[in-house]
Amino acid sequence: MTAPLHEPTAKAAPSPVAEAAPGAVDEAAAVGGDTGPVQGRSPARIAWERLKRDRLALTGGAVILALIVIAVLAPVISNLVGQDPDVFHEDRIDPLFGTPKGSLGGISGEHLLGVEPVNGRDIFARILHGARISLLVGFLSALVAVVLGTVLGIVAGFFGGWVDAAISRVMDGLLAFPQLLFIIALVSVMPNDMLGMTGSSVRVFVMILVIGFFGWPYIGRVVRGQTLSMREREYVEAARALGAGRLHILAKELLPNLVAPIVVYTTMMIPTNILTEAALSFLGVGVKPPTASWGQMLSNAIDYYDSDPLYMIVPGVAIFTTVLAFNLFGDGVRDALDPKSSR
Amino acid sequence: MSNPVRGDGERDGGVGSSDPGRTAGRAEDAAPGEVLLKVTGLRKHFPIRKGLLQRRAGAVRAVDGVDFEVRSGETLGVVGESGCGKSTMGRLITRLLEPTAGTIEFEGEDITRLGVRGMRPLRRDVQMIFQDPYSSLNPRHTTGTIIGAPFRLQGVEPEGGIKKEVQRLLSVVGLSPEHYNRYPNEFSGGQRQRIGIARALALRPKLVVADEPVSALDVSIQAQVVNLMDDLQRELGLTYVIIAHDLSVVRHVSDRIAVMYLGRIVELADRELLYRAPMHPYTKALMSAVPIPDPRRRKDRSERVRLEGDVPSPIAPPSGCRFHTRCWKATTVCTTAEPPLEELRPGQQVACHHPENAVDRAPRDSGVAGTAQVVPTRR
Repeated sequence: MTAPLHEPTAKAAPSPVAEAAPGAVDEAAAVGGDTGPVQGRSPARIAWERLKRDRLALTGGAVILALIVIAVLAPVISNLVGQDPDVFHEDRIDPLFGTPKGSLGGISGEHLLGVEPVNGRDIFARILHGARISLLVGFLSALVAVVLGTVLGIVAGFFGGWVDAAISRVMDGLLAFPQLLFIIALVSVMPNDMLGMTGSSVRVFVMILVIGFFGWPYIGRVVRGQTLSMREREYVEAARALGAGRLHILAKELLPNLVAPIVVYTTMMIPTNILTEAALSFLGVGVKPPTASWGQMLSNAIDYYDSDPLYMIVPGVAIFTTVLAFNLFGDGVRDALDPKSSR
Repeated sequence: MSNPVRGDGERDGGVGSSDPGRTAGRAEDAAPGEVLLKVTGLRKHFPIRKGLLQRRAGAVRAVDGVDFEVRSGETLGVVGESGCGKSTMGRLITRLLEPTAGTIEFEGEDITRLGVRGMRPLRRDVQMIFQDPYSSLNPRHTTGTIIGAPFRLQGVEPEGGIKKEVQRLLSVVGLSPEHYNRYPNEFSGGQRQRIGIARALALRPKLVVADEPVSALDVSIQAQVVNLMDDLQRELGLTYVIIAHDLSVVRHVSDRIAVMYLGRIVELADRELLYRAPMHPYTKALMSAVPIPDPRRRKDRSERVRLEGDVPSPIAPPSGCRFHTRCWKATTVCTTAEPPLEELRPGQQVACHHPENAVDRAPRDSGVAGTAQVVPTRR
């Protein structure tokens, strides 16, 4: 099939506009002259290439990957070193002071990071298992927040009017809500068994839901704002002019443009949620003993900060490293997706 | 839905030939010169809401009583200052906005109150080219997705598949078929506008509303895009409504021109009549504002009209003739009675009590109401 118009610009009409551009080059030919198959670079691909050049973000990403592997394989790894997180090693404890025998909290070839005071559980195995709780709560609560925030934010921004007013007021209310106090109060009235789950599973489940529920307004606000600004763009009008329904516009025209801010806010939200989980476990309303959690280990370690400082340092470093890795990676993702940001 | 047979000798394989399957069961195609679109008393008031209860505090009368017809095969240019309601008018006739009052008839069918579903088949016949080529293409979609969207949304399977048809359309608008997989960010403004044109023409519409199609482009590129639209019109028998504020562009492309002021049409005339002998003072003022690039031709211009002040607020438009606050010919009658749009000469409709180049409609009226002045050219 040949094009009916080979030279759409070659027409020399004596118009004032045409006269103004006597030497106008055929801009189409300038690009059309490329030889070989032309492969477009999608916005996602451009962002990925930018991210690949960001060393700090890549380091953060590598640490996150390692943490995920550790969390998934925690039972396997602790089996390999021959330790169980819940087994007592009272023979390792100085019976007089309750602190671990030996220097540096009882570090030995057998117990790589020493043992806990009093009951002598292996800290290395407990840190590995603690990573599971931290990442599980961090990721799943972020997922809850992202799903709620995206759906409600896009609905508020797209439909506007009283729908927007209602959702926005709910978001304002939730942002002003003292969530930590609410969770503490909630745990005290919560049953021990729920939906066939017992003990720590119930607590983890509730933490995911509650942290996610209080987190969605942050994403919801961003998504609403973006949707509001995009709703008036001409490509949305173009889709409507072609007969597109609301669902098509939401899913095909708006959502792809929301992916970038959603990804950025998710990577920023995960470390915050991990910290919240640690804080809750530290306050004793997180997972129940004997399940290991970093916050809970920190909390226990307070009583031994002078006699066994390593017990406090190890979970502290674990939390710090994880949060730092997520933040570095999140910063990198934001910079890669938004060329306008500084740096 | 099958596509028409292309490549019939006369049209040289253009996108033009009308689809017999498509029009079956609907009104026959309007022959050239017949009325394709008829707009009567069209109004669009945007409510202004205030306070907690969203009480209605007033309305912006963006389009406030507009009547006109578009004939098949012609180009109607719509000009006016920013904020005169021309873009709103374009979005009303493509039914992207809900009219407050009035009727829109397309091929004799009243489409004013059709919903999204009812409009869908009509979307093939009425398309739009947008002003800003940077916001009219979704940055996350490839060229192929953008130009293929009309087929997917309308459930049309073109002969040879969507991809082949999109690549053909790309070459029709002067781009390379290899641009199929590229993203909008890889194109210049002029190329993006060509993509927008290809999308609008994909379903072979009858009426294309172009909202400032070239005002966002470089002057050198404007000529190319205008000429492309011109060629496509001739080839496909398109009818255009071109909204613009650049009088040179409008003069080049239009057969008839509507001049809008504050939501109303003040003059609607054939191009030659309008440019040779404008009747409405506002049209005259607009014309005299066009710079003449040739110094030798400059002395031909009799006088330059300089309008004072701004366009009044469309929330509370002036009484009577809306232009009286800035008109140098305004008299008492202009402040009280709104002049109707009347045909004072064949092919030239004007809404004015004291038209230029014609017999005064209210000769005994006196009393100066306007603040504008005529500035004689001194060089």
